[in-house]
Amino acid sequence: MADERNFRLKVITPERVFYDGEVNMVEFNTTEGEVGIYKGHVPMTVIVNPGILTISESDRARNAALHAGFVEILEDKVTILAEIIEWPDEIDRKRAEEAKARAEERLRTKTPETDILRAETALKRAIARINVIS
Amino acid sequence: MASMRDIKRRRGSIQSTQQITKAMKLVSTVKLQKAKQRAEQSKEYFNCMYETVVSMLAKAGNINHPYLKAGDSSKKGIIVITSNRGLAGGYNSNVTKLITQGDFKKEDVEVYVIGKKGKETFQRRGYSIREDYSDIVEEPLYSDAMEVSRKVLDDFVNGEIGEIYLAYTGFKNTVVHVPTLLKLLPVEVADKAGKNGAEDASKSAAPMNFEPEDDAALDLIIPKYVTSLIFGGLVESVASENGARMQAMDSATSNAEEMIDHLTLMYNRARQGSITQELTEIIAGANAISM
Repeated sequence: MADERNFRLKVITPERVFYDGEVNMVEFNTTEGEVGIYKGHVPMTVIVNPGILTISESDRARNAALHAGFVEILEDKVTILAEIIEWPDEIDRKRAEEAKARAEERLRTKTPETDILRAETALKRAIARINVIS
Repeated sequence: MASMRDIKRRRGSIQSTQQITKAMKLVSTVKLQKAKQRAEQSKEYFNCMYETVVSMLAKAGNINHPYLKAGDSSKKGIIVITSNRGLAGGYNSNVTKLITQGDFKKEDVEVYVIGKKGKETFQRRGYSIREDYSDIVEEPLYSDAMEVSRKVLDDFVNGEIGEIYLAYTGFKNTVVHVPTLLKLLPVEVADKAGKNGAEDASKSAAPMNFEPEDDAALDLIIPKYVTSLIFGGLVESVASENGARMQAMDSATSNAEEMIDHLTLMYNRARQGSITQELTEIIAGANAISM
């Protein structure tokens, strides 16, 4: 059980504690690109970009769709403050696909009023959701 | 003395009022349990958020970020969280009093109301109401808080308001609720860094890095910080509202009890009086005949 290379991962959302446990590695997408964190990382705070969160426990890996928030990385502890995060079984595939189509449509038919940033984020979210379940 | 019938009717009406207040008390007790649980669950998130922002600001030092200094506008945006329903004792008026009796000039205030009761008060007093988000109070979601914070931050960045405050009711425990006025923006660096600075330094030996660098990170984290404070305010206010209503309804119920006791006494006295009177009349009548 007590693996030398494990560290503590906590994923907290405003509504609940999403995940709390010993993990081997955690991967996610940040504004600067995708990162994978092992124990002993330099202390760092990064901002999350929509993407897949992969939690590698000693014997298995779990995925989740992480959409917004930020991560505090300490040498032996990682805390993810997630505004929006879902396990794969909480995702409604049909809804995600509809949202993707809608966001693409909005980006294609650009008008001056289109909030491009918002449409892009929505698209990224939808893609992250779909990727997590497939 | 009121007639027997009057007293009886009055007692009946108080009894039905008591039934209502009793039921309301039970309902808010259940709601309070739920709201309390939610407030506790979200606490961890805010503590973490707070610590991160504090350590970040301590490190960022005196960089000149728009979120850290007051805007040019003299207008103050105030987010006021009240309830949609009344009968909660002083709950709503205690919050609105923070603004109406505080140091704010009426002309300088732009109110973002959450809750119908607060909206009514400010409308009556002639404050300028900028936005109304009353429907989110019943069941506050994080996405609702995000919407509110996006709006106020937009107004702040566009220079329409120079400062942002949040007025809500803090939930200490079931019976103690503290109306609180909190300054959201500009973030006050000095206070916070001073309070926790020493603690932070000892906690993490290696300095914290930020990616992206300071400015961009502040751009992204401060909105999240504001959102989390608004959400925290919402959750605590809902818990306080139900706590306040529970207390108000509890005392209403016991007051009704007292009045019913009193009226029952009066009723019995009146009944006794009328029986005595009837008896006297009969005896007097019988005496008159026998004579």
